[in-house]
Amino acid sequence: MSVVANRGFAGLNPKIWMAAAACVAGFAYDWRVGLLLTIWFVAWGVNVVLSGQRSRAARLAVPVIFGVTLLVLWQISVRAFGVNQVILPAPSDIWTAIVQNVPILWADFMQTVVKGALSGYVIGAALAIGTAIAVDRSQFLQRGLLPVGNFIAALPIVGTAPILVMWFGFGWQSKAAVVVVMVFFPILVNAVAGLKATEAMQRDLMHTYAASYWQGLFKLRLPAALPFIFNGLKVCTTLALIGAIVAEFFGSPIVGMGFRIKTSFGTLELAMVWAEIAVSAVAGSGLYGLVALAERRMTFWHPSQQR
Amino acid sequence: MSDLTQTAPRSGLSLGLLNVARGALPVVVVVGLLLGIWLAAVGPMNFRLALDQASRGGADVVPATPQEQGQTGLIRLMLDNPSVLPAAYVFERPRLPRPQDVLIEMRDNTVGLARGCEWTGWGAEAENWTGFSDGCLRVVNNRRSLIFHAWKTLAPTLVGFAIGTGLGILLAVGIVHNRTMDLSVMPWAIASQTIPILAIAPMVIVVLNAVGVQGLLPKSLISSYLSFFPVVVGMVKGLRSPGAMELDLMRTYSGSGAQVFWKLRLPASLPYLFTSLKIGIAAALVGTIVAELPTGARFGLGARLLTGSYYGQTVQIWAALFTAAISAALLVWIIGAIERRVLTGMGLAR
Repeated sequence: MSVVANRGFAGLNPKIWMAAAACVAGFAYDWRVGLLLTIWFVAWGVNVVLSGQRSRAARLAVPVIFGVTLLVLWQISVRAFGVNQVILPAPSDIWTAIVQNVPILWADFMQTVVKGALSGYVIGAALAIGTAIAVDRSQFLQRGLLPVGNFIAALPIVGTAPILVMWFGFGWQSKAAVVVVMVFFPILVNAVAGLKATEAMQRDLMHTYAASYWQGLFKLRLPAALPFIFNGLKVCTTLALIGAIVAEFFGSPIVGMGFRIKTSFGTLELAMVWAEIAVSAVAGSGLYGLVALAERRMTFWHPSQQR
Repeated sequence: MSDLTQTAPRSGLSLGLLNVARGALPVVVVVGLLLGIWLAAVGPMNFRLALDQASRGGADVVPATPQEQGQTGLIRLMLDNPSVLPAAYVFERPRLPRPQDVLIEMRDNTVGLARGCEWTGWGAEAENWTGFSDGCLRVVNNRRSLIFHAWKTLAPTLVGFAIGTGLGILLAVGIVHNRTMDLSVMPWAIASQTIPILAIAPMVIVVLNAVGVQGLLPKSLISSYLSFFPVVVGMVKGLRSPGAMELDLMRTYSGSGAQVFWKLRLPASLPYLFTSLKIGIAAALVGTIVAELPTGARFGLGARLLTGSYYGQTVQIWAALFTAAISAALLVWIIGAIERRVLTGMGLAR
């Protein structure tokens, strides 16, 4: 019996011994530290075992377990150490705030995401792609526009928010304007680069078909540009939300996510601030997911979409 | 000098100049076009304000009362009162200033601040350690100086960028060498890029201030967070870029894990690292500026934007914006210059 046990212990990885020692030391120092360390190491151990598996379920479970562990650690440490609400609310408090304020959150979502960010995003993307097609015939303009567009895309454009709020008023129009300016150049640069992405052989084929300029554009060059355009569109989903929320800091009607973050913060309702952050996170990932889905449907032929 | 012109064939020299001109000309034309659009927009943007001022000053304008002016279309107003148009271009507090007004504002708030600037030397007459008179130093330490405000923004940006980049590289190394870390952290690193975290930057600052963390660090935290994930994602891609062929070669040399890392993976990742660094530093600067916005920061480019917006000083906003743009361009350019040197030295330059 003892031989088996000895063998069992000896067969254990020394890392497990170290983790166990760390947990014991944690408990000796403060039971709360020990508890947190134990949860962390147990979850990590599960993930180590799972990541050794080849199955698809295991691969999906690992990041979920990691995320849930972080949430649990957050909850326990806030409760156990009695962290002040004003500094960091617990996840359960944030969830309560979300459930209790669904109508407010929904109104803010409609104002900021749908009216401000989405409309600006669509207008900006359409303008950028239109401009790219317009300058497409002129090699000269393209060579000038690419470096200038790349330069402007790296600038802190969100700083134009106070100017645009001054011009377009406090309503959602000014937020849409900020978003248009923010998403225009990244998409433009990608679209111009994408329209140049066809090979001479493909263009020659179009030529032998006696295709007109527009036929060549719609049947060959625009589809070939789509992977590039989607690249720009994906980057800009986050930019659009940032632009719409930050612009509300400079003036807004009494609805909107940026407005709510600012005022809830003023009254120290931190759970509400975090609730808005959670909504913006879901909206950001959702928007990105939608664009990625559209990309998969429309550029299924591209090597990057094949698995 | 004369040797050079003689040995270099004349046609080759002029051809080289022509090539440079050909590369720069489109950029100059596009920038010129943008400036032209800006200048053309100044008149219409300020026209209503100028018209209002003219009618208050007793000038004859066509719809006489402000109420009627408000109901008339802008184009109609401009056609009926062409004499007001020059006034729209030199308006005192414009909705849209002329480009040159912004440049003048920038000059006034940098070199224009110097008072009695002279070289004193480091001798007995030195007023400070630089050897210039205190009047010169007003250019950089005056409260109005844009260089002063830019530095107040750049310092936390650079500290945060260094922290974010360092941690990002460490995490990327961990992710590449540890499968558990890869599967656990990588999806969250990618997902976190779709979250508009920048929007809560100001709140993070205030909370940290409440806990007692003050000065440079709170702003640096935001910029380090923003530069962190681009570096992680880029570095993971870069460290994994060596193909099976190269890894096999290392194995035939019986290279150890550490050797594979230092001699193959790390050098191969550098082009990816530099691309991420350029994205990261631009994001870090934006982060610092936004972090300064509603927190009542008194110094920094974000604070200049905010005070300008409070007091309707459009020229001040534009000047702060341009200073931010120049700073961003400078930072990206510095990283680009280092990139060119390093990659050329390694034979990796494209």
